[in-house]
Amino acid sequence: MKKTVFFGTLTVAGLAAGIAAAGTLDDVKARGKLNCGVTTGLVGFAAPDANGVWNGFDVGVCRAVAAAVLGDSNAVEFVPTTGKTRFTALASGEIDMLARNTTWTFSRDVDLKFDFVGVNYYDGQGFLVPKELGVSSAKDLDGATVCIQTGTTTELNLADFFRSNNISYEPVPIETNAEGQQQYLAGACDAYTTDASGLAATRAAFENPADHVVLPEIISKEPLGPLVRHGDNEWGDVVRWTLNALISAEELGVTSANIGDMSAAAGDNPEINRLLGTEGNLGEMLGLDAGWAMNAIAVGGNYGELFEKNIGENTPIGLARGLNAQWTNGGLLYSPPFR
Amino acid sequence: MTTLTDPPTESFRLSMLIYDTRYRSITFQIIALIGFLTLIGWLVNNTAQNLSDLGKEPSFRFMTEPAGYDINQRLIDYTSQSTHLRAAFVGLLNTLLVAVMGCALATIIGVVVGVLRLSKNWIVAKIMTIYVEMFRNVPVLLWIVLAMAIMIETLPSPREFKGDEPTASMILGDTVAITNRGIYTPEPLFSRSLGDVHLFGQSSLNFNISIDLLVLLAVLIGGIYVSRQIKHRADKIQETTGERPTTWYLRLGVVAVPIIIVLVALGFHLGYPELKGFNFKGGTHMRNSLIALWLALSLYTASFIAEVVRGGILAISHGQTEAAGALGLRPGKIMNLVVLPQALRIIIPPLISQYLNLTKNSSLAIAVGYMDITGTLGGITLNQTGRELETLLLLMLTYLIISLSISLVMNWYNERVKLVER
Repeated sequence: MKKTVFFGTLTVAGLAAGIAAAGTLDDVKARGKLNCGVTTGLVGFAAPDANGVWNGFDVGVCRAVAAAVLGDSNAVEFVPTTGKTRFTALASGEIDMLARNTTWTFSRDVDLKFDFVGVNYYDGQGFLVPKELGVSSAKDLDGATVCIQTGTTTELNLADFFRSNNISYEPVPIETNAEGQQQYLAGACDAYTTDASGLAATRAAFENPADHVVLPEIISKEPLGPLVRHGDNEWGDVVRWTLNALISAEELGVTSANIGDMSAAAGDNPEINRLLGTEGNLGEMLGLDAGWAMNAIAVGGNYGELFEKNIGENTPIGLARGLNAQWTNGGLLYSPPFR
Repeated sequence: MTTLTDPPTESFRLSMLIYDTRYRSITFQIIALIGFLTLIGWLVNNTAQNLSDLGKEPSFRFMTEPAGYDINQRLIDYTSQSTHLRAAFVGLLNTLLVAVMGCALATIIGVVVGVLRLSKNWIVAKIMTIYVEMFRNVPVLLWIVLAMAIMIETLPSPREFKGDEPTASMILGDTVAITNRGIYTPEPLFSRSLGDVHLFGQSSLNFNISIDLLVLLAVLIGGIYVSRQIKHRADKIQETTGERPTTWYLRLGVVAVPIIIVLVALGFHLGYPELKGFNFKGGTHMRNSLIALWLALSLYTASFIAEVVRGGILAISHGQTEAAGALGLRPGKIMNLVVLPQALRIIIPPLISQYLNLTKNSSLAIAVGYMDITGTLGGITLNQTGRELETLLLLMLTYLIISLSISLVMNWYNERVKLVER
């Protein structure tokens, strides 16, 4: 009798393991919650507010995916990850997707076995220095002490930049953005380096942001985007096209304000109709409801709205659209058609 | 008349494995062993299977690829173009540096505090008690972070040494600069240096040893040896004639004079730190991360060592102290000549485990950005290559070897000082 129970338990456990390996999309639906990896706190991109509610540009992507899959933008478990823990968390299945200013590089895509589903922010690495230092170019930083987050591409870019310009520096490795901020403000390092967007966000949190400048040099290409595990293509498609839906919505003029009217009935523009599910069966192809994209866009608006609300020029972070404008406005954002 | 017959020989039955007490314990041990090995085998097999499902077969090839990142504190040559293996080696040396410095300082503080805690002076004893209880009962990570925060926030940054009216200045006749990036002290330089010995040629593990240093060490050891010979001779004369010849100037001379001659011959001079650009240049830079880690680890471990020392002293019978006192020895001499040598035998075994703890705790270095082997091999290399399993296995192996080496040396020392029982 006891043996039977034991083997029964084993079988159930084995079956459960079998189900777990089936597919992330089914997992998320069964769980009723999306596990989304974000930063440990970078104002504007992902940070909890006073009530513990996560907000930000990357958080917006997580919420859009949750809304597309589950119809509920709050059905997200935000898992804070550091530069060091993020890939392990994703590879081990602790999180379903990672939306945490992670640079799309060859080795991460190919060797680490992840799939970058797109780019939600085109960034580049810059330097933040105090104004009183009187430095106007990164090439003047010979002999400077530079604070840098470990486990990131910035570390390698920094080594390459100083080596190719034949100048020396002293790296001070730090674990989180908060530690870097503390060391930088105390003068334990002369410059703080990370992606320019991160620098803007960090500077916005300073007491006197005007005392610090971001140097003009951008020393690397840092396309940041959400990523998923390699090999689960259905799930990869869901995240990829949710991001594309946000980008397309801006291009097509679908906003959180007018999405209610537009999705109520089929309109004149067939592409908007297909996007919002009033025409065709794109949602069914993805394994989702017909209104998946509508749900995703309704959460925080289209890409442009997310940008303006979290990191745009009217926020303390004050980032211009720059490369992140739509291709029709001279930027790099270009979503494949919904067809 | 009795006849002796052999007891009936029972044939072995399978059930005896359980019901016969002669076999039962062995049976259970074998079953447990098989179960344990199966569990291990399943874990290893499962890991290997999952890794190959992910397309990540274990491989150590990445160790020979360029690391690509820079390390601030390096005791050997290293550039961002060196291999990951080299980076791990740099980290290993940093780990050993802080471990050796930490063990030395912790022992000194620990012995002093442990002895003083037994002091008859009420205030001294209580202060030492407070020190021990405070450091022993707060996690070491917090002490490390606190030490770093104090260094960063209270000390002046190099910027404050600049300008016409600097708010901070160097001490000891402008030779030492204490900043929140660390302490800059003068460094020894040789204008007629003998060069370096290159070990291990072009491999990733090559390193250079300064011949100047080797020569100085050889001269120093030679001097000490001669000095001890002089002492032995003086002892002999004292034993035979009862009068001890005055030898201190001779003993000092044979150590100091050759060293000074060698230093002059090598063109010894000091290189002073100077504020140039963003940082002090020249001199020896002891980084804030090293200082914070070193102090925190030492103070923390010293509180445990103090208790070990106190326990060792208390274990020596009070009769020993009284007997020594009856012979006319003063309290200081009683401690040094009678109590401590005996207490040492009790102290050493737990001291070994404190040294091991300190060495292993040094892996918390990343909290203050000190690039030990956990920071290089288990930190940046792991991240940049994504080889979690391989790097962690290497890391565990490294710590295992370090710890076993410490145990070996200390056990050997323990063998030498322990009471020989017959």
